[in-house]
Amino acid sequence: MNEQELADLSEIARQIRIMIIQMIGRSASGHPGGSLSAVEILTWLYFREMNIDPQNPGRPDRDRFVLSKGHAAPVLYATLAKRGFFSSEILSSLRQVGSSLQGHPHRLDTPGVDASTGSLGQGLSMAAGMAMGLKLSQNPACVYAMIGDGESQEGQIWEAAMTAGFRQLTDLCVFLDYNDLQIDGRVSDIKDIQPLRDKWQSFRWRVHEINGHDFREIAAALAEFRHEKEKPTMIIARTVKGKGVSFMENNVNFHGQAPNAQEMATALTELNHGR
Amino acid sequence: MAVESLRGAYGKTLLKLGREIPDLVVLDADLAKSTQTQVFAKEFAGRFIDMGLAEQDMVSTAAGIALTGKTVFASSFCTFLVGRVFDQIRQSVCYNRANVKLVGTHSGLGVGEDGATHQSLEDIALTRALPEIRIIVPADAVETSLAVEYAAATPGPFFIRLTRNNLPTLFGTEHRFIMGRAPLLRDGSDITLIAMGAMVEKALQAAELLAAAQISAAVIDFSSLKPLDEDILLRFAKKTGHLVTIEDHSVHGGLGSACAEFLSQQYPVPMKIMGMDNQFGRSGKPEDLYVHFKLTAADIAGAGKEILSRP
Ligand SMILES: Cc1ncc(C[n+]2csc(CCOP(=O)(O)OP(=O)(O)O)c2C)c(N)n1
Ligand SMILES: [Mg+2]
Repeated sequence: MNEQELADLSEIARQIRIMIIQMIGRSASGHPGGSLSAVEILTWLYFREMNIDPQNPGRPDRDRFVLSKGHAAPVLYATLAKRGFFSSEILSSLRQVGSSLQGHPHRLDTPGVDASTGSLGQGLSMAAGMAMGLKLSQNPACVYAMIGDGESQEGQIWEAAMTAGFRQLTDLCVFLDYNDLQIDGRVSDIKDIQPLRDKWQSFRWRVHEINGHDFREIAAALAEFRHEKEKPTMIIARTVKGKGVSFMENNVNFHGQAPNAQEMATALTELNHGR
Repeated sequence: MAVESLRGAYGKTLLKLGREIPDLVVLDADLAKSTQTQVFAKEFAGRFIDMGLAEQDMVSTAAGIALTGKTVFASSFCTFLVGRVFDQIRQSVCYNRANVKLVGTHSGLGVGEDGATHQSLEDIALTRALPEIRIIVPADAVETSLAVEYAAATPGPFFIRLTRNNLPTLFGTEHRFIMGRAPLLRDGSDITLIAMGAMVEKALQAAELLAAAQISAAVIDFSSLKPLDEDILLRFAKKTGHLVTIEDHSVHGGLGSACAEFLSQQYPVPMKIMGMDNQFGRSGKPEDLYVHFKLTAADIAGAGKEILSRP
């Protein structure tokens, strides 16, 4: 990846962050923190990695993405809009009656959403199920998913981890958005999920650890995933919750709280300066 | 009457469907020998997935497989398939409108000796509250096969509730299953007995007891629980003016509740709702348990006489 490509991607990510802040700020509802921490990963997936067609979102041979941490819906909606799945004009209807953008992703409402999620812990099983279904059909499509670190405290995550590892779902690639924050505080204080690499490896996964805001590291891990022949892939992505907006970064209060008008203005000023 | 296994009919029908539908996939959670999904597994090892002891993972995985265009059956005992997995059924299956057919066996007191932990008495109440899902409670092996075939051919979520024990075969091979249509097994003019699953046989016996007392009882097999057959319910409420519902399930949220919800708003008539009232089951032989918990033919006949004698 040359400097120009990197700059282009960074610019897309910056615009997606602006869309997230505007969307949540205008509807005065939504989860900014965990949306902002996932921007680079979704940008790379939807603009560089996945085989998708915004004109034909249901194409059977498309790659799938399951946002298991469904509360980060704003980052998914902004990315889908930016990628052309629907008009970005509808983003400000987020969470309002009659909107096609539900508070948590709903596949029957929003083009490009592959699975309805929101009850944490279920999306990884669904993603593994998709990988199993595609394999049975000899469909070469890949399944990508993202789980949270707080979400990793759910028992079902480990049921699914055991299934995917045992069944050698090599076409399944999961990002762990490791921002060390959940609602009630630091993940490491509430119920630490470490040692993570050992855990996933012992469940028979290939594990990569990266900086989840660095496109080069995201790209490198995914390049290894494409050549993987034995195991499902877990990419533990170190991230900063609220990334890109100074007063939201590492701030547990912006997990599920919308910025007020003043905060929105400040955030947008910061993001516009980053150009 | 010949008795047959509903689970056996399920296994055989899966095998037949497996040959006809290449996209049929079957999941189980370490109970394939009991639920009889093993019959399918033997011929279609590639399309059978034993998820091990992980019912929540099984049901969400079933939804994921279904979202790639497959028809997925997932089985376990009712209490583990529904009670333990309610949120996954709600969100992974129903909210996603995934093409998943949940077939639970070992429902109700009929489980017998294993006792309360294994006797699912709330599964209908739980699933009936969910959008998108259709519920069938077959009363014999013939109805089981037809229900499984219907579910396989109809997109969307289903819950089919089966028994552990063999039940008398009520229907001939000419029987046709129609979703939302409850078969009338016996006509009558004084009272209507509405039953599901293992209780249908007892309702038929109760109708004989009532006939001996000069009371003409109709018997309906309410296998099509959701959508409910409101037409026949209204017709027989008007015709007989008295109803008894009987279920091997809690009286809170089950068959009796479904009938009462409809009739109390459309055409209220005196009703008796028989089933398990705010209590767990116990260990024992199924027939002894039905005596213990007052769900025998004699109890049903007695309840019928009681509401007919109300002033
Ligand atoms: C099963 C379930 N329990 C509780 C919640 C409420 N909830 C929403 S987000 C969240 C914390 C998630 O933390 P994490 O997975 O770390 O997400 P992130 O930090 O990326 O936002 C909780 C408890 C939920 N959505 N689902
Ligand atoms: Mg977190």
